[in-house]
Amino acid sequence: MIRVQTEDFDIGAEISRMTAGNTEIGGLASFVGLVRDYAGDEKISSMTLEHYPGMTEKQLAKLEAEARERWELQDVLIVHRYGTLNPGDRIVLVVTASAHREASLESCQFLIDWLKTKAPFWKLEDRESGAQWVESRNEDSVSADKWVRVTDA
Amino acid sequence: MQVLYFGWVKSRIGIGKEELSPPPEVTNVASLIDWLKGRGDSYANAFEDSTALRVAVNQEIAPLDAAIADGDEVAVFPPMTGG
Repeated sequence: MIRVQTEDFDIGAEISRMTAGNTEIGGLASFVGLVRDYAGDEKISSMTLEHYPGMTEKQLAKLEAEARERWELQDVLIVHRYGTLNPGDRIVLVVTASAHREASLESCQFLIDWLKTKAPFWKLEDRESGAQWVESRNEDSVSADKWVRVTDA
Repeated sequence: MQVLYFGWVKSRIGIGKEELSPPPEVTNVASLIDWLKGRGDSYANAFEDSTALRVAVNQEIAPLDAAIADGDEVAVFPPMTGG
């Protein structure tokens, strides 16, 4: 399941909902992304996430489908927020559930790595020196590329 | 044709969306961008470095040489920074 929303999310409630009534789940992995209060040596007072309504939902659904194709998963949840967030606020949640740990741990990392470069979000930081768009990081491309399969190339 | 801009592309152009009727020689995204650059300094500035641009056609990631036609939704934006 995917959700794109301005509201915060409750990790415990999301996990409880996912596992309720599904006793085939033997383990789950989660990742929560948060707003930092610095970029380099500058303070950040807030961050505004812009996205591409319509395409965002399609891309996240594709990522979920890709994860389910690669791993045997009981469930997948991706929640991504947009709008203006403050340092410490939650931005994104990925939860994957599987019978055994490898599938959930690996697919959770895969999803967050691909979200970085394939989900149409752009981040505007409100810094001391003024507003600044966050540049994509080369490390994120490297992390995303390591999941590319030879058969996809 | 609906054309959308996001991130610093949108900031530099000053608008996020516009309805355009490009001339017949605009047949792919690259030629659309070239045509837009002639519309003013804000466009020329936003599209100065084509290697820094990413595009989507009808909400699917597409290469710069992707064909486009009337009725398509084309988006131009910087590399995505999700997560």
